[in-house]
Amino acid sequence: MHILTIAIFLVSLIFNSYSADKALKPEQYPFSFSKPLGKIDKNSAQRGLQVYVEVCASCHGLKHVAYRSLEGLGYNKDQINRIAAQFQLNDLPNDEGEILKRNAIFSDYFVEPYENYNAAKAANNGAYPPDLSLMVKARKDGANYVRSLLLGYTDAPEGFDVGEGYYNKYMAGNVIAMPQPLYGDDVEYKDGTKASLEQEVNDLVTFLTWTSMPDLENRRAAGLKVIFFLFIMTIVFYLSYRKIWSELKN
Amino acid sequence: MSNLKKNERGILNWIDYRLPVISFLKHSAVDYPTPRNLNYWWNFGSLAGFFLLVQIITGVILSMHYTAHVDHAFNSIEHIMRNVNHGWLIRYIHMNGASFFFIVVYIHIFRGLYYGSYKAPRELLWWLGIIILLLMMATAFMGYVLPWGQMSFWGATVITNLFSAIPLIGDNITQWLWGGYSVDNPTLSRFYTLHFLLPFLIVGVVILHIVALHTHGSNNPLGIDKKGPQDSIPFHPFYTIKDLFGLSFALTIFFAVVFFAPDFLGHPDNYIPADPLKTPAHIVPEWYFLPFYAILRAIPDKLGGVIAMFSAIFVLFLLPWLDTSKVRSATFRPIYKILFWIFLLDTIILGWVGSKPAEGIYIIISRIATSYYFVHFLILLPLLGKFEKSRPLPESIGKPVLAE
Repeated sequence: MHILTIAIFLVSLIFNSYSADKALKPEQYPFSFSKPLGKIDKNSAQRGLQVYVEVCASCHGLKHVAYRSLEGLGYNKDQINRIAAQFQLNDLPNDEGEILKRNAIFSDYFVEPYENYNAAKAANNGAYPPDLSLMVKARKDGANYVRSLLLGYTDAPEGFDVGEGYYNKYMAGNVIAMPQPLYGDDVEYKDGTKASLEQEVNDLVTFLTWTSMPDLENRRAAGLKVIFFLFIMTIVFYLSYRKIWSELKN
Repeated sequence: MSNLKKNERGILNWIDYRLPVISFLKHSAVDYPTPRNLNYWWNFGSLAGFFLLVQIITGVILSMHYTAHVDHAFNSIEHIMRNVNHGWLIRYIHMNGASFFFIVVYIHIFRGLYYGSYKAPRELLWWLGIIILLLMMATAFMGYVLPWGQMSFWGATVITNLFSAIPLIGDNITQWLWGGYSVDNPTLSRFYTLHFLLPFLIVGVVILHIVALHTHGSNNPLGIDKKGPQDSIPFHPFYTIKDLFGLSFALTIFFAVVFFAPDFLGHPDNYIPADPLKTPAHIVPEWYFLPFYAILRAIPDKLGGVIAMFSAIFVLFLLPWLDTSKVRSATFRPIYKILFWIFLLDTIILGWVGSKPAEGIYIIISRIATSYYFVHFLILLPLLGKFEKSRPLPESIGKPVLAE
């Protein structure tokens, strides 16, 4: 009986190590926002927006993000309208009931790349390109995961069948439907920064961290004040508690 | 009757003569005689009440912006997070408030287990507490469904499917719960209604819990009854200030999580919109359900698992009679004290295996831990009361040292 238990234990250990979804843990990178009080590097996020608009936006939406919220990255209204104008969307029906295209403006949300879900799937070999608004929050250790994934395309090991997909050591199951999207010469940065694969990926991840958590900087700044206040209050209450209870001993 | 006089002056007296709210508060929150030796573990009752209020207040605000429809629920949460003024703060408080409510209540329950607070004459007080726990679990489960993320949807699917294990009528009951043939819009909207309703039922049961508490007063670390006025002190200012200190300390930790790690206790998959065609690799409930989830999965039979899971809570109703020892506090029960810590460790192990996939060694661990959970209540405690030799009890709360 005991031998059987031990045998089950050992077999299960081996089974476990094989059944774990064959994905590497993301590489840890020190982003500007990684530390508890860190901030979003605005210049990097702006470059990341450029990477998104010029590369990712052809397949991936950002539907929870409004153009107006780009003020949080330091753009003014005119600049935002110019960014939005690169996107077209269906207008509301006009007086004749026709639906015409118009340029997106300040108050619109990021325009989706496809008319509908099925169109998105059909254009991408049956795989729906997920919306990126919350991508960093929707994955464990999201920022490092997205960064590692975008840098993690390699040739498949010999004998590994990737089917219709591509090999990526950070993807669960190691097969990803998206071909490698960034190579390093994909954008010409407006601020003169020299583009490289790692530069583009870091900028994009900074931008996507902001789209996932536009509250991040406000939250951390407010948190610091709240914790400071509560810390003082706790001391004041503790001292009052000691003072009031000291009367009991007499 | 009001203990203030008819001819005394002042607005409060005028009110109190007609509606004795002032004397009620004075009786039950100011003068209320409380054992003088309560330790910090007695802070958690008022903390639980505080977190209930936080959940209700933030919940009501969230409900003003939330849309309970499968097409809009996920988006309306993002609307709250991005467009509503301080919406992110309200939602993060509500999300983490649920977790802290459970942390505080679990500590409160284990306090009761250690000091024998469930023993006569506090059996009904204990029962009301378990009813609060059950209502909390139902509320929290349905609340987790509302954002309509992947874990919302699949968690709801797994848990509602448990009812299909009931023989003969199981499938009918499940469809009745769903309001259809799968978890869908009718399920979401009824969960929203119930999620809004149940907290107010909890408030009602909390009031009964407090009435029962104040009938015989708080238990205390020595577990002996008050012998006279020298054993108690008025609730105010002694315990109001102690509770305020505890509250302030707890809030510091709470807000550290809310502001600096708001998603730490959640699951990343719930930021992916619900997709009925795509099952997540591992469906896990919120952390506070993990021990029960582990018990559910430890039993190879579906119906058996469901029965075991519910029994894990219902056995608590029997606890006042399963524990046959007359001595309340573990301080004077050398063996029970050890069993208490083993039991606590057992529940933590259950929580840990509950978060792991149900395969290999985890199944074995969960079966051993589940067995021990029930052995503790059904075998060890009834026997222990008969054989354990407890240490001598002190004579009174006021003079415990002179008891020897």
